[in-house]
Amino acid sequence: MPSAPPTVHIQLSINGQAYEAEVPPYRTLVDLVRYDCGLTGTKEACGVGVCGACTVIMNGAMVASCITLAAQADGAAIETIEGVAADGRLHPIQQAFLRYGGFQCGACTPGQIMAAKALLDENPHPSEPQVREWMMGNLCRCTGYYQIVEAITKAMVDE
Amino acid sequence: MDAFHFHAPDTLAAAAALLGEYGDDARPMAGGTALTLMMKQSLVQPDHLVSLHRVTDGRGIAIDGDVLRIGALVTQREVERSPLLREHAPLLANTYGRVGTVRIRNVGTVGGGLAHGDPAQDPQPALLALGAQVRLLSTAGERVVPMTDFCVDYYETAIEPGELVVELLVPTAPRFDKGVYLKYLPRTQDDYATVAVAALGTVVDGRVEAARVGLGAVAPTPLRATAVEEALVGGPASADAVREAAALVADLVDPLDDARGSAAYKRDMAVVFTRRALEHVFGLSGV
Repeated sequence: MPSAPPTVHIQLSINGQAYEAEVPPYRTLVDLVRYDCGLTGTKEACGVGVCGACTVIMNGAMVASCITLAAQADGAAIETIEGVAADGRLHPIQQAFLRYGGFQCGACTPGQIMAAKALLDENPHPSEPQVREWMMGNLCRCTGYYQIVEAITKAMVDE
Repeated sequence: MDAFHFHAPDTLAAAAALLGEYGDDARPMAGGTALTLMMKQSLVQPDHLVSLHRVTDGRGIAIDGDVLRIGALVTQREVERSPLLREHAPLLANTYGRVGTVRIRNVGTVGGGLAHGDPAQDPQPALLALGAQVRLLSTAGERVVPMTDFCVDYYETAIEPGELVVELLVPTAPRFDKGVYLKYLPRTQDDYATVAVAALGTVVDGRVEAARVGLGAVAPTPLRATAVEEALVGGPASADAVREAAALVADLVDPLDDARGSAAYKRDMAVVFTRRALEHVFGLSGV
């Protein structure tokens, strides 16, 4: 192992704001977002890309930020939960989670919202089976799945 | 994760040059859905990581005569949604659509998935059944490896140090009437298969004109079940013939005991799911 490998210079946008940093090559995107940028809404839970808690949107597609290297996000546009509400107004999916009680303890909620937003960006009126298939990698240990599915299915209908 | 040198070349050729320079000390990374995990667990500790995120070639899907050419950096989700692949290789598109979750398929690539070499991965049984080939690039040149030779052992492929997967080649001929991928998931929908079967078939006047069977998660590598194919071709496309041919799978497989089931259970399920897949492609059931 060579000593002290060089850091990697990255430039990306996070919620529309330009961000530039020198990062160790092994820095994960979730750690960049949480500890370098202080955006702690994104959670790391399983750390192996299975539970969905760390979901962010990268160049329009949802990804597991716990298994994405920050260095791989060089040049990317990242959206996190902090960027979903605009001008002090909640996004329709956030309104829907409130209206239908789509959370209990809330730990999985930022990941659920980001995954749901990625779905609605692509398909504003998903059917219930489409919602269930899309969201299957987002675990809720309080098992509040019915309300989550209802919120996503109805988010844009209620708008 | 241990420290490593990070490289971000712009082309596949430049990536292959870096792999040639650092040999077994280097690993290429595309989406990173598998390699990042193995690095986090210290199962793989490369001194040099060659990230392909800036590479501009190897991202296309095209048809060239009777061969589909899929760039190594095409994502699994792009395969799933490609109109060209849905038309010419629906089994392939459907199979890639069963990998993990949308979050994984958004970044996981065709080339990365091939290089990973886990015998339980979804696409490999279909790629074996379709007679696909893998194109590899190194500073020494290129070579094309058929899928049957590509899968060598548990997490081991024919890729040599310094080589990079650059393209997947899938023949569109012969065309099969029907194809199916059955992924047995007794635990969760986003799990790896307990057993997996891909089958293709064509029936003419009640007789089996062509049959192909690929198996996953049942041996150190994914397998093509040629014994089953040979038992069927030329014979009647009947429930009895399918049952007899599917029973041959029991002697082809060598599953592991794990959390998804005992070896004996997986052997039985491999027979059952092969039978169901063949019944489906021969129009004997709806599955």
